Amino acid sequence: MAMTVHCDIVSAENEVFSGLIEFVSLTGSLGDVGITPGHAPLLTEIKPGPVELKKQGGAEEVFYVSGGFLEVQPHKVTIMADTALRAHDMDEAAAEEAKKQAEQALKNQNAEFEYSLASTQLAEASAQLRTLRAIRKKMGK
Amino acid sequence: MAVGKEIKTQIASIQSTRKITSAMEMVAASKMRKAQDRMQASRPYADRMRGVIAHLAKSNPEYKHLYLQERDVKRVGYIVVSTDRGLCGGLNINGFKAMVKSMSEWHEKNVEIDICAIGSKAGGFFRSYGGNVVAATSGLGDAPEISSLIGSVKVMLDAYGEGKLDQLNIVYNNFVNTMTQQPVVEQLLPLKAEEDDDSLSHHWDYIYEPDAKELLDGLLTRYIESLVYQAVVENNACEQAARMIAMKNATDNAGNLIDDLQMVYNKARQAAITQEISEIVSGAAAV
Repeated sequence: MAMTVHCDIVSAENEVFSGLIEFVSLTGSLGDVGITPGHAPLLTEIKPGPVELKKQGGAEEVFYVSGGFLEVQPHKVTIMADTALRAHDMDEAAAEEAKKQAEQALKNQNAEFEYSLASTQLAEASAQLRTLRAIRKKMGK
Repeated sequence: MAVGKEIKTQIASIQSTRKITSAMEMVAASKMRKAQDRMQASRPYADRMRGVIAHLAKSNPEYKHLYLQERDVKRVGYIVVSTDRGLCGGLNINGFKAMVKSMSEWHEKNVEIDICAIGSKAGGFFRSYGGNVVAATSGLGDAPEISSLIGSVKVMLDAYGEGKLDQLNIVYNNFVNTMTQQPVVEQLLPLKAEEDDDSLSHHWDYIYEPDAKELLDGLLTRYIESLVYQAVVENNACEQAARMIAMKNATDNAGNLIDDLQMVYNKARQAAITQEISEIVSGAAAV
């Protein structure tokens, strides 16, 4: 029986994999990494790419990760995967988008204000209409 | 029987309202279960990260990351998590109240405040209440994705990195159980030092690729994002629970109203019949 090590693949949104493995290979920021049980403690960034696992018993499984971090301890391997594609300019664009939404939220202030203005005008108009009807009724009688 | 007819239509309209509220209750109940699962699913990631960050901070005492440094507070940021939709009882208002209370404490010390609003209700509230909303996201839906939060969190983190903010807090509702949701105001940045953990005091260190500082930067950003994500997911579970309770109450109240109206209707009908009989009888007596 081959040696095994516990491996977790977690992302911020869910746990992707958890179990015993014999070997895992993935792309680190400085090149491909292959981890076998008893590996020295290692912490590295992961580049987008496949994570190939050889599970206990030899079955293989492949996951795709779009980046993240790999933490290796002799008895445990943890892959903290990103769920979203990360790139500096993409993050920048997302931040811009959030700012724009905030501005829009403030702009909507006018819309809401106009709405309340309109609703008061409507109330006024309908009150006038009601009075007119009442007067007409009286005149008719 | 004009009175009877009016009551009849009113009963019918309340009945259809009750149908809607009870359907909403059931929908919220099933969504709540899923939201709770999601809440559980996001925990291991943050736990692992916390462990690694604590280790990194400890094994590199000479490098103190900006996020771990305490500073004099001149400007405070708030990330406030709210729902997108209403009809969930006092959930949002309770959260906003807690936040306004904590904001007023800063106001007294002449500290300025920036707000990042997540969820359309927060945007709407701070629009009318006043407040410097610098970033906003809404329409996250029932299964929020971390990618939709990155932008607004980055705005706040950048502001912190540039020294515009000296503290960052998050406001959300804590899911205690189905009946209880508790608004909490938590400090995100600077990260509070973890208590000394014996398991981390071993004399070993990672091999770092590329180097510890860069890794720490990336990890801390993701850690904060995952904390915000967790708050959003937790708030989502709270929303469903609160809506379920609110709709259950509405359904019960509609039932009571219908019973009362039915009673009034029956009485009116009985009175009309009695009156008719007495009219006939007295008419016959007169002949």
